[in-house]
Amino acid sequence: MNVFSVSVDSVFVHKMWNDHELSKMLGGKDIPFPMLSDQNGNIGRLYGIYDEESGVETRGRFLIDPDGIVQAFEVMTPPVGRNVNETLRQVRAFQLVREKKGTEVTPAGWKPGKPTLKPGPDLVGNVWKAWKVEQALE
Amino acid sequence: MKEFEAGCQRPKGQPKPVVETAVVEEIQKGEIKKMIQVGKPAPMFSAPAYYQGKFVEVDLEEYKGQWVMLCFYPGDFTFV
Repeated sequence: MNVFSVSVDSVFVHKMWNDHELSKMLGGKDIPFPMLSDQNGNIGRLYGIYDEESGVETRGRFLIDPDGIVQAFEVMTPPVGRNVNETLRQVRAFQLVREKKGTEVTPAGWKPGKPTLKPGPDLVGNVWKAWKVEQALE
Repeated sequence: MKEFEAGCQRPKGQPKPVVETAVVEEIQKGEIKKMIQVGKPAPMFSAPAYYQGKFVEVDLEEYKGQWVMLCFYPGDFTFV
C-alpha cells in the first residue's frame, strides 16, 4: 500500500511540519509517506474535493486498486478526523475481494478473520442463515 | 520518485492528460462541477512532494500495479 497525503501547502511547509511537529509524534522518525503539494488546487479539483471558497482541500480519502480504479472514497469537512481503523478495514476487504476474484464478498460489519459470503444461487434468499444482524455491529 | 532541486519557483501539481476517468462532470450554476465515481479509473497526476529529507516528484502512473491511498487534508499545522 502506497500512501500519499495531499494539501495545498508547499513542499517547504511540509518539511517544516514534518520536522517540527509530526516527527515528534513519531518518536523522532520522519513521516513514512510522500507529502504531496497541490498549491494550485488542480489535483483537488481533479478529485472533486477542492473547496474554491476557502482555497483548501477538504478531507478526502481515495483508495485506488492496482488497475488504477477508484474502489472507495470518503469526503468530510475539516473539523472531523478520519477513522484509520475503518480505512484499514476497507483496504483489507477490497484486497480480499480482489484476491478471491469475486467468489467471496464481505458483508456489513466484516473485519479481517470474520466470515465472508459466497455469492451464488444457493445464497439467494439464504443470507439470513449465513449472516446475522448482530455481525453488522461487531 | 525523482528528486528535484528546491528553487524559488513554486513547483505545481499537474493533472495528466485524461483519456477516461472516474470524473463525472455536471454543470451547476454555469460552472462545471466534478466528482469521482467508484469503479472507474482514478485521474492521474504528478506532483512535487516532501519525502524523508528530500524533495521528489511523485507520478501516480508509476504506481499502477500497486494499491494507492490518497489522503487530502485542509492544511499543514491544522489540528485534526
